[in-house]
Amino acid sequence: MAELAPQGEVLSAPLVIEYPFTRTTGPVVGAFLTGLREQVLVGIRGSDGRVIVPPAEYDPVTSEDLTELVEVGPGGVVDTWAWVRHPSPKHPVDRPFAWALVRPDGADVGFLQAVDAGSIEAMATGMRVRPRWAEEREGSIHDLVCWEPEA
Amino acid sequence: MPEITLPASLQGVEPVRSVRTPARLEYRYTAGEATTRFLLGIKQGKILGERAPGGKVYVPSRGADPQLGVPTSEQVELPAVGTLTSFCVVNVAFYGQGMEIPYTSGLILLDGSDLPIMHLIQECPVDDVRIGMRVEGVWVDDADLAPTLESIRYFRPNGEPDVEVVQPGEGVTW
Repeated sequence: MAELAPQGEVLSAPLVIEYPFTRTTGPVVGAFLTGLREQVLVGIRGSDGRVIVPPAEYDPVTSEDLTELVEVGPGGVVDTWAWVRHPSPKHPVDRPFAWALVRPDGADVGFLQAVDAGSIEAMATGMRVRPRWAEEREGSIHDLVCWEPEA
Repeated sequence: MPEITLPASLQGVEPVRSVRTPARLEYRYTAGEATTRFLLGIKQGKILGERAPGGKVYVPSRGADPQLGVPTSEQVELPAVGTLTSFCVVNVAFYGQGMEIPYTSGLILLDGSDLPIMHLIQECPVDDVRIGMRVEGVWVDDADLAPTLESIRYFRPNGEPDVEVVQPGEGVTW
């Protein structure tokens, strides 16, 4: 059987697929994002009195609706962390940084955030951090760029 | 929906109700040998199909006959002329569309091939587009030929009388 000759180099080209989703937030997540736009951190009080941040819509113990949004922060504590030597283009910081569980003052649980401390030596469990806000905020998670050590 | 209570600092502030969350996937697409042959043909202003040992001509060829599971073995140059076998009038705007609505995209069975290609149908009001219509490809200028199906700008009616179209499944022998 005849064979079709390969043409040398096989062609390849960039291919980008993009879907422009818009999601409705509901009142609880909406309040959290509104807070980020206003430079206010918002958590929610659970049935056992714990303050959860970002606010959950349902109680993690009883599954009941949660409704009492409370302001937390602005400072916080690093509960645990991992150092990223080589940030990817999609990371919030373009130099080595830490992913950390940051527990804002007044909250009882931490949430995963980037901490831009400059070097791994500047990182420590229990260290105090403060939020770094984006200059232009629109009510998105990116309004809170990352956290940095308190001076 | 349960009533929520806001901290004082957010009372009276316009609430966020929605958020844009685009999903973006960045690939590098590798055409493979058979599609590379096809695309290099397009770059020369030629539509190259490939015939399988069973006689079927595929365009663009993927290098094998899906019925027989054997490699295609012969290159066949096809004319940029064919028959519209199916079409869709697009009336809904969508992100990234780049076309004025309404417009028609169609499946065109090129003369001498056994597999239709999808392309735009233009120079024809959408109400006049019909199955069986004879169409011809309109190429970009020679200087703009590139290894992409966009080197054919669109297909348009070529004025020949309509022909009967064998619908999918009809007359197929396995």
